[in-house]
Formats: sequence, structure tokens, C-alpha cells
Amino acid sequence: MGRKLLLEHINVPGINTFAVYKEKGGYRAVEKALKTMSPDDVVEEVKKSGLRGRGGAGFPTGMKWSFLAKPEGVPRYLVCNGDESEPGTFKDRFLMTHIPHALIEGMIVSSFALGANTSYIYVRGEMMPQIRILEKAIAEAKEAGYLGKNILGSDFDLELYVQPGGGAYICGEETALLESLEGKRGNPRIKPPFPAIAGLYNCPTVVNNVESIAATVPIINDGGEEYAKIGIGRSTGTKLISASGNINKPGVYEIELGVSVEDFIYSDEYCGGIANGKRLKAVVAGGSSVPILPANLILNLVNGDKRLMTYESLSDGGFATGTMLGSGGFIVMDEDQCVVRNTWNFSRFYNHESCGQCSPCREGTGWMTKILHKIETGKGSYSDIDLLVDVSKQIEGNTICPLGDAAAWPVASAVRHFRDEFEWHINEPRLSQE
Amino acid sequence: MLKVEETQPVEFSSELVSKFDEIVRRYPEGKQKSALLPVLHEVQAVYGWLSSSAMDRVAEYLKISPIEVYEVATFYTMYFLKPQGKFTLEVCRTGPCCLVGAEKLLNYIGEKLGVEEGEITPDGLFSYRGVECLAACGFGPVLQIGPEYTFYENLTIESVDKLIDDLKAKAGKS
Ligand SMILES: NC(=O)C1=CN([C@@H]2O[C@H](COP(=O)(O)OP(=O)(O)OC[C@H]3O[C@@H](n4cnc5c(N)ncnc54)[C@H](O)[C@@H]3O)[C@@H](O)[C@H]2O)C=CC1
Ligand SMILES: Cc1cc2nc3c(=O)[nH]c(=O)nc-3n(C[C@H](O)[C@H](O)[C@H](O)COP(=O)(O)O)c2cc1C
Ligand code: SF4
Ligand code: FES
Repeated sequence: MGRKLLLEHINVPGINTFAVYKEKGGYRAVEKALKTMSPDDVVEEVKKSGLRGRGGAGFPTGMKWSFLAKPEGVPRYLVCNGDESEPGTFKDRFLMTHIPHALIEGMIVSSFALGANTSYIYVRGEMMPQIRILEKAIAEAKEAGYLGKNILGSDFDLELYVQPGGGAYICGEETALLESLEGKRGNPRIKPPFPAIAGLYNCPTVVNNVESIAATVPIINDGGEEYAKIGIGRSTGTKLISASGNINKPGVYEIELGVSVEDFIYSDEYCGGIANGKRLKAVVAGGSSVPILPANLILNLVNGDKRLMTYESLSDGGFATGTMLGSGGFIVMDEDQCVVRNTWNFSRFYNHESCGQCSPCREGTGWMTKILHKIETGKGSYSDIDLLVDVSKQIEGNTICPLGDAAAWPVASAVRHFRDEFEWHINEPRLSQE
Repeated sequence: MLKVEETQPVEFSSELVSKFDEIVRRYPEGKQKSALLPVLHEVQAVYGWLSSSAMDRVAEYLKISPIEVYEVATFYTMYFLKPQGKFTLEVCRTGPCCLVGAEKLLNYIGEKLGVEEGEITPDGLFSYRGVECLAACGFGPVLQIGPEYTFYENLTIESVDKLIDDLKAKAGKS
């Protein structure tokens, strides 16, 4: 059994309440940080932990925190990214639903480290039940003296608010999120400047994923070095994986980074194997934006070694034979699933969610959707496959934010690894319509 | 021109306005525009959708121009710019849910209600639409119903039949 740092007490009845969370050792990290550490000490522990952003980009959290500008007399903000909209990803919703105080505690510790006195948790608007849960948790924490003025008798003040989104995937992109929090459309800003320099209301801001923030709690409790002992190489600590698709036990699993993909899919501790006795066909390992891999490549590296659930191992082989850990949205497809149809569905999704600022993304996602639909319904030709790849290349790298890449990669990888399936749709138009 | 269906001009109740006041206090002085998304959710929870009159009132309240409200209301998918059924069933139609039968379920709901996506059933009770990933992909197929966004997981044809019956009963029109 792997170590659990975030979900250890997930099955304890009442763990969503302040009282039970505290009884199980909750809020020790706030006590420790505020009473025995300086803000810089906290940043230092997070650096030592090797924690990398759990929102998908994997940027080292401690390093990001140390980049935060600190001009005199200007407020700094911490904004938690709870927009979670990447298809295949549902860990943050799970954490906020079942153990909300883990996030609240992490927000207090992190805000203290960054010197933020007002912090926001931006949660997608559809998660109204989770917003209510967090608001209740905030009220409980405030009642107990962990929020508000002079927390635990220190000179640190913090107000924490939950902000609902309005239903837009793009608002998970951190600068679009900040625009949205300012009451505007979610159009991503050009980076740099990064939010660490100019973020919310043009003030220095750190944006971190829900899971990254929650992970600061065990890091402060046990020390960054302890945290860094878990995992392999630069993939330290534990990671929440959202497992969905054709498996026996879909759900959210906390893994120690470094378990093998094979164990993750087939062992009873995790996914419990492919549902209905079918065979594994393909996996999208890190949320819909990462390249899809066929069974042999997701289970093994090209040199025959087992592929592991780490940032490095999943990306081994680059995009030719590898993929990415991304947000940890692990989507499993069995032998009956149609890669073309699934790729069409994802393209349609990105087309729907494009904010429309850049023409390659706005137009390209529409073209890819149309071409994929044509092929999928048996009306395509061989040249459509090449056109598809061509359009994806025109998008990649030519846009303001990575949504364009996120739309291009799944298409390019599907054709790379499953070209025969695209050709089958063209050769067997009647069958593919069924 | 913004195309929104018109109704009677609206005036917000004092309870609603005090909710707005509470929201505005979350942001620094002068940044009251940040309240726009949450305020629109409150308005929609009361009226079921956002009429242009309601949006104009919001603009007045937040001291911003009406276009700033329209821009936001048209960008985000959760805001309805025309009246909906009493219960709007929003079914996830994205990839992972489709691997476990979401498309079939969405089609079934359409057939059962006998209206097109976005239309309202003659009794005024239901409308439905496909929406994108709701961050519950391991528990699909899923659907949600506003304004509290009550959530239903691991749906089957039978459980959807029952849900619709229950909602009818709740509305007292069974
Ligand atoms: N969780 C989800 O639902 C989704 C996650 N994603 C993930 O998002 C990723 C892309 O995110 P981005 O924010 O565009 O990646 P990014 O690499 O630009 O940034 C990652 C983080 O590091 C910070 N950062 C990077 N360089 C910095 C510097 N020099 N100074 C200060 N801060 C710096 C950024 O501000 C950001 O917070 C993708 O890899 C994808 O996996 C994408 C869609 C949805
Ligand atoms: C299109 C797009 C959508 C994103 N959606 C999310 C999201 O829902 N949640 C999230 O935490 N990060 C999301 N990100 C990544 C954020 O921009 C940012 O990197 C992250 O919130 C930083 O937090 P972390 O360093 O703790 O991972 C998205 C990025 C892109 C390009
Ligand atoms: S890449 Fe797409 S989503 Fe991102 S800014 Fe450009 S148009 Fe908007
Ligand atoms: S794909 Fe349906 S909830 Fe994610």
C-alpha cells in the first residue's frame, strides 16, 4: 500500500467538518507555520519538497513562490485554481467535496508564506455544491480563529473567499482565470508578464492548483525533505490520479509517484483491470490534452522497461512514443472504443471552448472537428487524414495560450498511433456509419 | 445588437440586493466589477435566466456599462439568455463520459421529453442540453440541475426515468 498524504482520512465519517478534521491532526500545519516559522521558512520547505504544480504544467511550486514580486505597499494575492475542467480530471472536485479543510488549511499556510492577506478560491460555477461546502468550511475555520484578524494571536490576517466561475474551460488557464475573477470574459493574457509579477488587479499573484495547495499541509507537517523521499527523481511526493473509462474501479486514487502504469491499471489497489473482461486498447494519461498512447506504449518504454507514473517516465520518448502526466486525468479505452470518434469528441470540445482570440485556434479547432466528423461518418478520403495533421501543425505553437496545443496534440497523436483506424473508416464507409 | 428575449422590466428585491452587497465586500475598494459573475448567478437563480432588463439593472448596481455585463453573460455557458424549463437537465457529453454511454443517455432524454435540445416541454417543466466535462468523469454518465446544480452520477435509463418522474411529482404535476 502506498503512503497517503492527502486522502489518508478520506473514509473517516465527518472528515468534512472542522471538528473531525482537527481531531485527525488537521490545522497542525497552520499552528506550526504561524507559531514557529517565518514566511520564508515555509517557502524553503516547499522548495525542498520538490513539489511540482499539480494543475498540469508541473512547474516547481517553491520556485514559483520565490518569483513573487514584493514591491512595497502593493498587496499580493494567492488565487487557488479550482476550475477543473480538463476532460478526464476530477480529483480537485473530489478533494473539495470530501475533505474541504485540507484545502482551507493549505490556503492559510500558503497565504502566510506569500504574505497575502486576501485570497480567493476560484471554483467553476457548476460546482455550486462544492462552493457551498467550502463556504461552510471557511466559516468553521473562521469561527475557530484560523481565519480573520491576528490568526492564532500572530500578526497575520487573512480573509478567504470562494469565487464561482461561469462555465468556461478556458478559465482554468491562469490568466483567463484572473480576467474572470476581475469580472470579465475569460480571454487569456499574453505571458510574460507572469502573474507572479502582474496578476490579479495587476498585483503580484500566485495561482496554484487545489491539489498543489493541499499538498503544502503534509509538507509543512513532516518537512520538505520527508516529502521529497517519496517518489523518483524530480517526481516527488504523492499525486491524485483521476481514473475513468473502461476500468473496473473508476475513481480518484492517491499514488506515490513511481508506481508502474501496469500496476495502476491492473492491480486491485487501483483501477482493478479493464471492465467486462475486455482488452486494453489505449490510454490518455494526463487529461484530454495530452497525446493518446496505444496499450504497448503506455505500459512499456521503447527499451522494454515498464513505464512508470512519473513526469519523466510518462514523457519518455517525447511525443513520438511518449505522452505527459499533465493533470493526472487517466482515461482508459477498451478494444471496443473508436479512436476516431473519441478524437472527434475532443476536437469538438476544444472548438466549443476556444475563447476565439487567436485565429489558428478558433478556426483550426473548427476545421479539425469537421474533418474528423467527415472521416468518422465514412465520408472521408486519404487526403483528409493529411489535411487533419496539417491543420493541427498550423495551430501548435501559434497561439496565445496552450489551449491551441491542447487541441492539436490529441489529433496528431491519434493519427500517429492509430492511422490504420482512420484508414479503415475511409475504406469501409458503410461499416463506419453504424 | 444583443439578441435576448424581452420580458417585463425587473426590479431586484431588497433581499437580492443585500446578497449583492455581501458579494461586493469580498473585493478591494473600486474592484466591484469582480462581483459580476457571482451576481449574475444570483439573478439567474431567482429569475431562471438573464433578461436584458435584469442585465441592465446589474450594470447600474455595479456601476459598469451594460455592454460589460452582456459581454460576460454571452461568454460563459452557464448563463441563459432565454427562458428555460423549470428543470434544465444538463448532461455531460464529453469523451470520458461517452466511453460509458453518455451519448445514448442524452439521446434517450431527448426522445423521452419529446423536444429538441434547448426547447422547453409543453408543460413548462423540462429543458435539457449537452454540456462539457463536469469533472466527474469516473462516475459517468452524469447530469446536473440548476440553480443549486444538484448532481446525479452513474446514470442509467432506469435512474433517469425515475429522476424525471420524481421531478414531475415534486412540481405537483404528475
Ligand atoms: N487541470 C486541468 O483541468 C487542466 C490542466 N491543464 C494543464 O495546464 C498546462 C499548461 O498550463 P500553463 O499555466 O499554461 O503552463 P506554464 O508552463 O506557462 O505555467 C505553469 C505555472 O508556472 C508559472 N511560471 C512559469 N514560468 C514562470 C516564470 N518564469 N516566472 C513565474 N512563474 C512562472 C506560471 O505562472 C504557472 O502558474 C498544461 O500542461 C496542461 O497539462 C490544461 C487544461 C486543463
Ligand atoms: C486551457 C487551460 C486550462 C487549464 N485548466 C486548469 C485547471 O482547470 N486547473 C488548474 O489547476 N490548472 C489549469 N491550467 C493550468 C494553469 O494555467 C496553471 O498552470 C496552474 O493553475 C498553476 O497551478 P500549479 O502550478 O499548482 O499547477 C490550465 C491551463 C490551460 C492552458
Ligand atoms: S489559444 Fe485558443 S483559447 Fe487560447 S487564447 Fe488563443 S483562441 Fe483563446
Ligand atoms: S467527461 Fe463527463 S464529467 Fe468529465
